[in-house]
Amino acid sequence: MFSPRRRQLLQFAAATPLAAAFASVPRPARAAFPKPELPLKVGYVYVSPIGDAGWTYQHDLGRKAVEASFGDKVMIKVIESVSEGADAERVIREFASSGYGLVFATSFGYMNPLLRVAKQFPKGIFEHATGYRQAPNVGIYAARYYEARYLTGILAGRMSKSGVAGYVAAFPIPEVVMGINAFMLGMKSVNPQAQVKVIWVNAWFDPGKEREAAATLVAQGADVLTQHTDSTAVVQTAEDKGAYAIGYHSDMSKYGPKAHLSAATHHWEGYYRRVVQQVLDGSWAPDNVWGGIKDGMVGLAPLHPAVPAEVGALVATKKQDIIDGRLLPFQGPLFDQAGRQVIGAGAKLTDDELLKMNYYVEGVVGQMPK
Amino acid sequence: MFTLEARTLPSVRAMWLAPLAALLLTLLGGSVLFAAFGHAPLQALSVYFLQPLASVYGIGEWLLKATPLAVCGLGLALGFRAKVWNIGADGQFTLGAICAGGLAIACDGFIDAESLWIAPAMALAGIAGGMMWAALPAWLRTRYGSSEILSSLMLAYVAPLLLGWLVNGPWRDPAGFNFPQSIQFADAALLAPLHEGARVTLAFPVALVLAGLLCFVQRYTYAGFRLQVSGEAPLAARHAGYSQRAAVWIAMLTGGACAGFAGYAEVAGPLGQLQPSVSPGYGFTAIIVAFVGRLDPRGVVLAALLLSLLALGGEAAQMTLDLPAAISGVFQGGLLCALLACDTFVHYRLRRVYRKPAAHTS
Repeated sequence: MFSPRRRQLLQFAAATPLAAAFASVPRPARAAFPKPELPLKVGYVYVSPIGDAGWTYQHDLGRKAVEASFGDKVMIKVIESVSEGADAERVIREFASSGYGLVFATSFGYMNPLLRVAKQFPKGIFEHATGYRQAPNVGIYAARYYEARYLTGILAGRMSKSGVAGYVAAFPIPEVVMGINAFMLGMKSVNPQAQVKVIWVNAWFDPGKEREAAATLVAQGADVLTQHTDSTAVVQTAEDKGAYAIGYHSDMSKYGPKAHLSAATHHWEGYYRRVVQQVLDGSWAPDNVWGGIKDGMVGLAPLHPAVPAEVGALVATKKQDIIDGRLLPFQGPLFDQAGRQVIGAGAKLTDDELLKMNYYVEGVVGQMPK
Repeated sequence: MFTLEARTLPSVRAMWLAPLAALLLTLLGGSVLFAAFGHAPLQALSVYFLQPLASVYGIGEWLLKATPLAVCGLGLALGFRAKVWNIGADGQFTLGAICAGGLAIACDGFIDAESLWIAPAMALAGIAGGMMWAALPAWLRTRYGSSEILSSLMLAYVAPLLLGWLVNGPWRDPAGFNFPQSIQFADAALLAPLHEGARVTLAFPVALVLAGLLCFVQRYTYAGFRLQVSGEAPLAARHAGYSQRAAVWIAMLTGGACAGFAGYAEVAGPLGQLQPSVSPGYGFTAIIVAFVGRLDPRGVVLAALLLSLLALGGEAAQMTLDLPAAISGVFQGGLLCALLACDTFVHYRLRRVYRKPAAHTS
């Protein structure tokens, strides 16, 4: 069927910790969810086709890891390309009513449909990626993608000759803005003069527009490109134009053998295994997880051989600093695009402030669409 | 050698046999496809066509998903008969959702369970929104002679941008942490389910009534006759003094009103709020629905039910048979091709030609 805009609203991570604000969630009594009968039936709902790279592909790697680890203790089914409207509720309910004890719904727009189904099936366990509403049988999870963005910013800052990076972005929601700013701050940490030019394409997946935007950025002097969209077009364009590229979601090196320096990658394997284990043990309780590099939910793809060892060592050190909590990407003093101080030296942005981020930091060129 | 020869009159026998032949072809093709993926064909087909309808909830979902397709398709079919090509029903659907949803948001503070007026008011707002969006291409066509195909299609891409701006800005839920979506509508603004535990709403019976009404208009009214003549024989229509402009306006506005109503029914039904995308392409699928239904209101309703069942079957096949969504797409596409191909024989007959036809030089 025609579905030209199926992929909208793909990955609003964000707002997860804010669910604390919905503190009316009652603490479940112990063993609210007793050990399930085996095999545990697990359903995954994806917003797009699995494909070869991207948001859904990374979730599917997680699904495969669960299958590999738990063997015949679990029986997993996947429904892909489920649009974020009336269809979502039916698919989630279909899983719940067919005896699926655990359902992962991996797109923001599934939030309200999922909550409606969860209410009707109080014994089912539901996990929702990137939303902000919990329930006694609904847990939520997302990842601190910005930590990896900061590291790729360092890489871009050291590898760029012009000091200008190009960023193709989808929609100006906090998650995307956070990524742009973290990348800028990483770049600035190694090159105070660095600039990031942003082009908004208003689509999560539109290879044509992404390619055009990437070419424009190269024409404007950018020699490192990255993107917060879901195709591989930007990496491929960088390859064609002789610029460097930094992938997102997945390791995209096969799309830019010469260009691909690294990628800020998502990893759900550990999280999915942990949740399934908890459900099997009868110890699951609704949680609100916003994990970073330390938790193995975000990472870096292997560095390109062209990256000098000394730069690789710097990135590795900074990565360790983030893991150990010595380095926070959004540490004060922090200035916005106009030079106004957001927070002073020694201060840091709280999670709530991060999740509402709607301004560029100093060094980003251009205006944010409102 | 065979050749296709136009029939002087559409064959009534072929009209009945064509869908059956198409179904048979699809079942055969589908069996081969499913067998190639290692599934017993009969079991796979029953998963596809029977499993989705095995429960009351399933039947409700079937009708629910068919509703926007049927309502949009009915409006389009009327226009297509008059050869007015409204391709932008998806935009008119979105505008209907915006206007109806906007009213629900604006009235949120002062409606309660007693506010029975809000549902019809929202329906009217939705219809008006759809008509307004369809009026633009109608005006451009009648005033400047620009192609309604292009302008209505382009406007279908403008409407979601307008909706996106609204839910990112003025209509964003203040308690929604900056996420682009509106508040959830008050209960009075929602269409209640027809059956406890299912989601199908009053909008489905309305679609049936609408189909009956359009049947009547097409068959028994002068207006319906004029529309048809201006589509099939524009010169005759002009000679008879039927206004081409009126035909364009009636066709576009009817299409817009239907799509707008469908948009209202979607946001007041299963969605319950405005979000950046309210249609997974209903307005475009409705074009297929209109043609598979042979531009006849009864056929359109059946075609909408068929496409809805195929979508549900595709989900069931993923869940039960582990077939990827793309295979379901191939199967659905095969059925549609078979239907349209078999329909050729309603208007054409296959004739055996014994000699090569002489080469034409002109």
